[in-house]
Amino acid sequence: MTRQMTGAKMVVQALKDQGVDTVFGYPGGAALPIYDEIFQQNDIRHILVRHEQGAIHAAEGYARSTGKPGVVLVTSGPGATNTVTGLMDALLDSIPIVVLSAQVPTFMIGTDAFQEADTVGITRPCTKHNWLVRETDKLAETIHQAFHVATTGRPGPTLIDIPKDVQFANGTYTTRAKADTAHYAPPVKGDSDAITELAALMEKAERPIFYTGGGVINSGPHASQLLRELVGATGFPVTSTLMGLGAFPASGKEWLGMLGMHGLYEANMAMHDCDLMINIGARFDDRITGRIDAFSPKSKKAHIDIDPSSINKVIHVDLPIIGDVAHVLEDLLRIWKARGRKVNKAGLKTWWEEIDAWRAVDCLSFKENTTTIQPQYAIQRLEELTKGRERYVTTEVGQHQMWAAQYLGFEDPNHWMTSGGLGTMGYGLPASVGAQVAHPDALVINVAGDASWLMNMQEMGTAVQFRLPVKQFILNNERLGMVRQWQELLHGERYSHSWSESLPDFVKLAEAFGCKGRVVSDPAELDDAIQEMLDYDGPFILDVLVEKHANCFPMIPSGEPHNKMLLGEASTQGAIGSSGAVLV
Amino acid sequence: MSALRIKKGSSRKSAYDLRNPNADGVETHTLACIVDNEAGVLARVIGLFAGRGYNIDSLTVAEIDHMGHRSRITIVTTGTPAVIEQIKAQLGRIVPVHEVHDLTVEGRAVERELALLKVSGSGDKRVEALRLADIFRANAVDSTLESFVFEITGTPEKIDAFADLMRPLGLVEIARTGVAALSRGAE
Repeated sequence: MTRQMTGAKMVVQALKDQGVDTVFGYPGGAALPIYDEIFQQNDIRHILVRHEQGAIHAAEGYARSTGKPGVVLVTSGPGATNTVTGLMDALLDSIPIVVLSAQVPTFMIGTDAFQEADTVGITRPCTKHNWLVRETDKLAETIHQAFHVATTGRPGPTLIDIPKDVQFANGTYTTRAKADTAHYAPPVKGDSDAITELAALMEKAERPIFYTGGGVINSGPHASQLLRELVGATGFPVTSTLMGLGAFPASGKEWLGMLGMHGLYEANMAMHDCDLMINIGARFDDRITGRIDAFSPKSKKAHIDIDPSSINKVIHVDLPIIGDVAHVLEDLLRIWKARGRKVNKAGLKTWWEEIDAWRAVDCLSFKENTTTIQPQYAIQRLEELTKGRERYVTTEVGQHQMWAAQYLGFEDPNHWMTSGGLGTMGYGLPASVGAQVAHPDALVINVAGDASWLMNMQEMGTAVQFRLPVKQFILNNERLGMVRQWQELLHGERYSHSWSESLPDFVKLAEAFGCKGRVVSDPAELDDAIQEMLDYDGPFILDVLVEKHANCFPMIPSGEPHNKMLLGEASTQGAIGSSGAVLV
Repeated sequence: MSALRIKKGSSRKSAYDLRNPNADGVETHTLACIVDNEAGVLARVIGLFAGRGYNIDSLTVAEIDHMGHRSRITIVTTGTPAVIEQIKAQLGRIVPVHEVHDLTVEGRAVERELALLKVSGSGDKRVEALRLADIFRANAVDSTLESFVFEITGTPEKIDAFADLMRPLGLVEIARTGVAALSRGAE
């Protein structure tokens, strides 16, 4: 049975076939036929954003909080180019996104037509794959392929560019089941010999550590379950990258906290001194490794990753295992149990004693202040007043992001959405919109800085229009805090363009958008302000005026290894050498 | 130095390439990629090399299976063993790339390149050019009273040697196809 329909109708039909319930988008000339079809149906909800960058970050928030692909619909030219930052963000953080971009009609391509851009050319290096569809007969199959590629293997963004004449023309619809997706099928099962070798290493290791990443989250909730089982059964300590927070519960006794440049002292020291590092779905990012030639010098390293190009890219590993985290952990658990559930008990006991000594340093302690709100204190109070609730947290990028990662506790996967790889300021507000669309009854909080928040603040309009009660928790230091911190440490305290003098009145801004706002500067009033934000039945902007010159610690200075952490202000003098200053 | 006066390894044109150009143990490998013959596939491969700062010493691409829409891209590249491994893994990640073969490590391979050389001159030089062409089994595919165009097939080294000999005899211009390569044996 073949079905004839227009290309525009095919787009909507293919999205329904893929089980899509929500599209984030913005219309325009070349996309009008598709928007006409969106108008004439009720199965797919369209969320009208205020800027296409907002659409793709919202789709990322939706995708990260559900595990399903996020879908974006934009017009040609500027509509498509405005998604570029989000595409790159999704590529670096491995988030499944499908962008449908309209294009000028095929016969006008190459003529510099109105709102024409070489969208597939521009987005080629920032998508996992992209397509320009020139025939309506191929449109439905291409959309199904785009969903397949975005969600299979290491997830990532895909883009389909659809010329306007292809949307108008009639063609034959290809169902999801009939679409040819066979040739893209990355293997998910790990090599069982390698997994057995890892089990053997785990039995002998005196100082093992699990170093987990976003791959555990991407592999699905089952992978997080298996990780918890594995950690519980072995008693090995576990740390995580920024992207992997929530895969292992923060309340677990084996949890060391986040590692990396602003990671916890105990996590970084354990990484440096371990004798067996088991990397599960992380990629040895430069924020994690610090100085490469002094990275964990005494350890054997195993690396579980679905992407072969992650193996040996930065750090040479002794035991690579290519496969999906859930599949590999399942096999690893089975094999390790079958071999007698052995661990080196004496070694582990000493190892935990050392770790407990590092924990006793209490690297997250900070000086409290009764007159000024310390940013760390603000996050601590937010944690205290919201923990235990069904809570989704997004962030912008900078100091507040690191403080949120340090002081908030995540018990479950898919509840923490932050721009890790690309470090996209302006990510958090639209991402909170996307997460709230996916979870209408949950508490969704965007922990933000004043500078980042302004980058996509237009999306408050989206939140108000669609009655999305997102909570904007702005740590306002009137600075680009992380930039300021680096200028202090590296550039002789010359604060070049890292402060904001003409910030808007966030309370009036909230009122102007049609929601509610409050400003708080007294530590004694902070709890009351947070509670008002949580109790308010709608979007809320809480402008928390915090200490302006607080620095984010602990910190591994650029160009230094894990065991050279700075724990506070006193240790910063001359900490970063000239070779470190060239690094980002 | 080859006939084109391009120093080995100087084709690393990426602005982002900050690696030590004189790193130890740089190797030359010939990679063959079987890809879908679709719009943009070559741009994906080249973009990967440019964006990540890898070398392309030579690149050849043509359709090899019209019905199956397959093309073969042969790339000669240089890098440390770790970089070569990373290049292969990154190529394998490109969705329309079906197979990546490292002909340098997968047993012995035949490598051939075709070149056209325009040599102009008269008298003894012209006679010497023709004599050397005969020794190298190069064919004259165009001739005037002052010039020849020679067609020569062989390994890149053979073409380098022939071009070096032609230079004092009046080499005007050279066009090279880049390397095509195939593994030896029945499979």
